[in-house]
Amino acid sequence: MRNIFLFVQRYFVFLLFLVLQGFALWMLFKYNRFHRAAFLGVANEFTGSINTQVDKVDDYFHLREENKRVHRMNDSLLNLLRVNFNVPDTGQRLFIDSVRIDSITQYRRYLSRDAKVVYNSVNAENNYLQLNRGANHGIKDNMSVINSDGGVVGFIINVSPNFSQVLSLLHTKSRVPAVLKKTNTSGTIRWDAEDPRFLILEGVSRDVDVKKGDTVLTSQYAYNYPPGYIIGRIAGVNTNKATGFYELKVRSVVNFSSVQQVFIIENLQRTEQLQLERDTEKKLEQEKRN
Amino acid sequence: MNDLLKNIFRLVIFILVQVYILNKIPHLHRFIVPYLYYLFLLWLPFTMPRLTLLFVGFVTGLSLDYFTLTPGLHTAACVLVAYARPYIINILIAKEVTEFKYHEPSPRGMGWGPYMVYAFILTFLHHTYLILLQWLQFGTFLNFLIKIGATTAISMLLILTVELLFARILKYRTNTA
Repeated sequence: MRNIFLFVQRYFVFLLFLVLQGFALWMLFKYNRFHRAAFLGVANEFTGSINTQVDKVDDYFHLREENKRVHRMNDSLLNLLRVNFNVPDTGQRLFIDSVRIDSITQYRRYLSRDAKVVYNSVNAENNYLQLNRGANHGIKDNMSVINSDGGVVGFIINVSPNFSQVLSLLHTKSRVPAVLKKTNTSGTIRWDAEDPRFLILEGVSRDVDVKKGDTVLTSQYAYNYPPGYIIGRIAGVNTNKATGFYELKVRSVVNFSSVQQVFIIENLQRTEQLQLERDTEKKLEQEKRN
Repeated sequence: MNDLLKNIFRLVIFILVQVYILNKIPHLHRFIVPYLYYLFLLWLPFTMPRLTLLFVGFVTGLSLDYFTLTPGLHTAACVLVAYARPYIINILIAKEVTEFKYHEPSPRGMGWGPYMVYAFILTFLHHTYLILLQWLQFGTFLNFLIKIGATTAISMLLILTVELLFARILKYRTNTA
């Protein structure tokens, strides 16, 4: 027993080094798997408040770009106004389905909230953004984040009372279901950690006609992301020799280093969709047993 | 200024500079990631006990980690730097020359040669461990090697610049102090 104490006393610094090192690695690997870490909630509030102050200055450097984005968005909405369209047949009568209007809230599938980016990074391999909306404002995990001109930015990975963390498209673990607008072919968007301007679209088979400049949108099959939002445009057509699929280089429409005002979009039917999927799997397993 | 107060002030400055300036510079290339914050650990006084040094390293890494949302990554590297620091100092510097004359490692006190070697070894250690941990999750081996070389070179450049721009005025250690 005495020897053990002597040993501990003698190598105390080394043992403490091992303990701290072990604690750090435990935190890292746990975070990488579950995106939860010790004291992250408190730390998030603290870093968030500092980020907000710094962001007040940082905002001015991106105002011009932000202004352009908002103007483009306004333009696209202006084009949707009813005044722009003429009714070709004068005898046509306009019916309003009152039942549907009465219960319109039940039909709502996506709900958007505005938010402000207080911190973002593009230089790391795993990039995150921090937004000034949190659990107090109704933000939950897995809501998607859209830029002020409609480009996809990422989705919420973690919330604290007043702030939330976004897993950016520029993250080695980010996978977004996407479609090519022209042919409606599905694929997956990921990032190869090389250049923050370019993403990779994979899983598109070789027989699909793809050209430079084709638009890539979010898929209608995604649970997190609303369909039809733009991700980017094809910038290069390569083939992955191992899989025989395309490996398409996509130029992102979002300039990730100047993201400022964003929308957080909630899929109100997400839990129902996931529940349905789980139930189906359960049923299939029961079928197998029978 | 009080030693403790001075070092807390330094830590805050280093973390803020790392988070809001160095991490925010426009993306030049994926191998170019400027790191400077660990210079805080290199500047700690000679007299600091090893246990305290380890805890300070832990806190330094953790505070950066909570900003960059990589809990544990920089912490692990900083704890390693804090652990290795006394050994490197023992090897590089004859005790009588510096430790009793100067308060903390600096190019003026140690001479440019030994100080840069000291900074280089710890920088290399920090980056190798940090990038190794990142590489375990993602990336290829060649990228791993290139990235260590590139980041170490940039950090050394930054350290050199900082030492030239902000030459620390060091008190001569006397018996009375």
